[in-house]
Amino acid sequence: MNLYYLSIIFYNNFRVPYIRLFFIIQSLLIMPTYNLKVNKKKQLVDAEFDTPLLWALRDHLDLVGTKFGCGIGQCGACTVHVDGVATRSCLMPISALKDKEITTIEGLSENGSHPVQQAWKEVDVPQCGYCQAGQIMTASAFLETNSKPTEEEIKVAMNGNICRCSAYNRIQKAVVIASEKMG
Amino acid sequence: MVIENKSNFSRRGFLKASSLASGGLLIGFNLFTACKQKAELPIDITKLSFTDFNAFIKIAENGMVTIFSPNPEIGQGVKTSMPMIIAEELNVAWKDVVVEQGILDTENYTRQVAGGSQSIRFGWDALRQTGATARQMLVNAAAEKWGVSASECSTKEGVITNATGETLGYGDVVKEAALLEIPENVALKEPKDYTIIGTKAINVDIDKIVSGKPLFGMDYKEEGMVYASVLRPPAFGQELESFDATAAKSINGVLDVITIGEKARNLLNSKKPGWSVKLSSSDKIVVIATSTWAAMKGKKAIKAAWKKVTPLESTDAHDTELVKLLDGKKFRTMRSDGDVKKAFAQADKVLERTYESPFLPHNCMEPMNFFASVDDAKIRLVGPIQTPEDLATAVSTMLDRNLEEVSVEMTRMGGGFGRRLYGDFAMEVAEIADVIRKPVKMVSSREDDMTTGVYRPAIKYRIKASVKNGEITGYQLKEAAVNGNMYGLIPNFFPAGAIENYQIDVASIKSNITTGAWRAPYTNFLSYAEQSFFDELAEITEKDPVQMRLDLLQKVKGTKDSKIQYSPERLEGVINLVVEKSGYRTPKEGVYQGFCAYYCHNTHVAEVADVVMENNKPVVKNVTVAVDCGIVVNPLGAINQIEGGVVDGVGHAMYGDFKFKDGMPGSSNFGAYRLIRNSEAPKVATYFVENNLAPTGLGEPTLPPAGAAVSIAITKATGKRIYKQPFTKNMVAKEIIG
Repeated sequence: MNLYYLSIIFYNNFRVPYIRLFFIIQSLLIMPTYNLKVNKKKQLVDAEFDTPLLWALRDHLDLVGTKFGCGIGQCGACTVHVDGVATRSCLMPISALKDKEITTIEGLSENGSHPVQQAWKEVDVPQCGYCQAGQIMTASAFLETNSKPTEEEIKVAMNGNICRCSAYNRIQKAVVIASEKMG
Repeated sequence: MVIENKSNFSRRGFLKASSLASGGLLIGFNLFTACKQKAELPIDITKLSFTDFNAFIKIAENGMVTIFSPNPEIGQGVKTSMPMIIAEELNVAWKDVVVEQGILDTENYTRQVAGGSQSIRFGWDALRQTGATARQMLVNAAAEKWGVSASECSTKEGVITNATGETLGYGDVVKEAALLEIPENVALKEPKDYTIIGTKAINVDIDKIVSGKPLFGMDYKEEGMVYASVLRPPAFGQELESFDATAAKSINGVLDVITIGEKARNLLNSKKPGWSVKLSSSDKIVVIATSTWAAMKGKKAIKAAWKKVTPLESTDAHDTELVKLLDGKKFRTMRSDGDVKKAFAQADKVLERTYESPFLPHNCMEPMNFFASVDDAKIRLVGPIQTPEDLATAVSTMLDRNLEEVSVEMTRMGGGFGRRLYGDFAMEVAEIADVIRKPVKMVSSREDDMTTGVYRPAIKYRIKASVKNGEITGYQLKEAAVNGNMYGLIPNFFPAGAIENYQIDVASIKSNITTGAWRAPYTNFLSYAEQSFFDELAEITEKDPVQMRLDLLQKVKGTKDSKIQYSPERLEGVINLVVEKSGYRTPKEGVYQGFCAYYCHNTHVAEVADVVMENNKPVVKNVTVAVDCGIVVNPLGAINQIEGGVVDGVGHAMYGDFKFKDGMPGSSNFGAYRLIRNSEAPKVATYFVENNLAPTGLGEPTLPPAGAAVSIAITKATGKRIYKQPFTKNMVAKEIIG
């Protein structure tokens, strides 16, 4: 039991005004704990309810493969899988993730063996490399829903992920190769 | 004329060798300078001193080669291509080479900069010499062991073989090699014998990138580290007046709210603020917190009042002022041949056009961030920076500390595009760490990055040309820019030397908006202006645009003008190649092609863009690129740079739109600021002109021609010329690309 809940119990049991005030203040200062399931492991995160999953992963769980790019869900650098669906972790508060299976780039495979990661290596996609975890997470979730996509479908699926180095030609090529590998 | 394979690299004393305690040979070398006289090599590999040497080769007893290089990686691939050059001359298998990035200390660095597409160009001789010298040392050691002459020995993939067929691995002779004199005047390989250069090497960090390992400054963390978020004036021209941090301090995770700025002002007022200084002189409010999110939330909760100290500028006012400059007479002439006035007066026809471009943010995907730790003994800085030496100097000046106390560790960079040449953000975090005396990482939000950053300045070009008897007789280009003008050798690029009467005039206005280098500075827009102009000139003179360029180049061949930067033969080479490969002479129904040839950043490039009309809108489908960058060190990396440069060039020419009002940028994040996306990227087909000339860079030179090729193709498709970037905002409604 964490201090947050302890303070609520105390609050309910000591209804004397000044003690109430004390516990109200204390409950504001103590962070709640959230249970997250990340890469098949249970993780406890002590953070505010509105903390985006992105920052819980990066600052609290040291999973820094998921990247911060814009914070408004426009660039896709922070893409992770939530129950298998490509999700912008910068907009997803940790309080909304109870019982959800979260997968990050670190958990996509052991040793980078996922077909999408393999294809990314084969094509040598990255330039600066910063957006690539997000690109790979988007592509891997997409290929689960459409294993033999057309060129147009790939472009549409990958359109939410910005690559400032503009390695788009290779991203397209790598998705095609990954789909063949997953075939 | 352009430098081809010349070398002014001094071979003497640039390299030292010693045995390692852990076994193996360590060779320390300096890429661009001689070593210090007393420089000593460590015998413990964990104590590499980058103050004495700026790179090291370690050859272990098992033959594995590790190359330690401090050259920062922004994504242009030098962390892979530069070691490839060493490995080539060392004659080892590329699979046996490991590349590690070294730590930068503060002294004796030259060219510790990734910018201007020059890392490969400057490193070419030094890297080859280093690899070859190391190989010769190993051969000499083996020859001595066998009692044979070194000239009877050959090497292949890390194995030395003598005339009788006996072999020794490099690892077998490292101990002996360390005791030998360092050979001089070693022979370099002929390009035809290359086994690594010219092969496709995958980026050395690929495994870490695709599996999300910590690599970037943003990923850096230390025990006890706190996070900082900086609130800067929202408008250029403002300074902090007062603020209330009560609400911010009540947020869970917020530790403190402080102000910085005094030390930054010390630096700005010092004798040598350095060219990196883009700091605001205002006080800034800093939220210190236990997490990035708490720091960012804290910043949003601060109530601050700002006062105007200099005028709050706007794009409308810039436009008016720049046009006034173009109309006026306050120009500085950067090159003048013949008499343009006379040529214009005697012309049959004169064409004059004005081209306009906006400010542009860099928008590196990794927002600016840096780590700093300051105590009485030392200052440690870690993060993504292209100019670590400048940063170390600036921080030592700013905090009044000895340069020796400052260390800068470079991380991989999530894009640079010029932004990370300026260490303002790192200087800020040094000031924060100096105040709080705790290890701290500052993380900018996208909004911080886009609205309080450094920008490509807005520029307008007015180009005028005269035609007499079908020939171009005069050419005058006027540049009106913000905070400075085209520099150095740019006025000597094509068509300098090809037109008898030629003049480049420049003028600029001062702005309080921080401006700086942006991928392919000046040429990124100049190319569009000039090449679009040539296309129109070809139209009014009823000439084929390609033939017109080729005819002009004929006039430059054999020129005695040493200032002329481009090679007419090499430009001709890329033009012929792109025409052949793009099918320019056999147009397809419904495909509109725009041609452009350009030289910049030491590389010759020609591009053809294919535009088709879809739903009444022009869409860029393909770009064919022909490149002459000399020897292609790593085709895989090279093509990546070329494709990226082209798509980036198309993207910013089409969509890059950034305006100021009341000193404030009109867009602050990717919702309102449009970057090119996957579905809008044309397919890029790359072709190299094959030759054995020294390699030149590729990070920048394919970007400038892209906008021009696209604008010309759109003109063919729509019948209308575009004189202003971004194209999507400056075409009539029905032609706007959706």
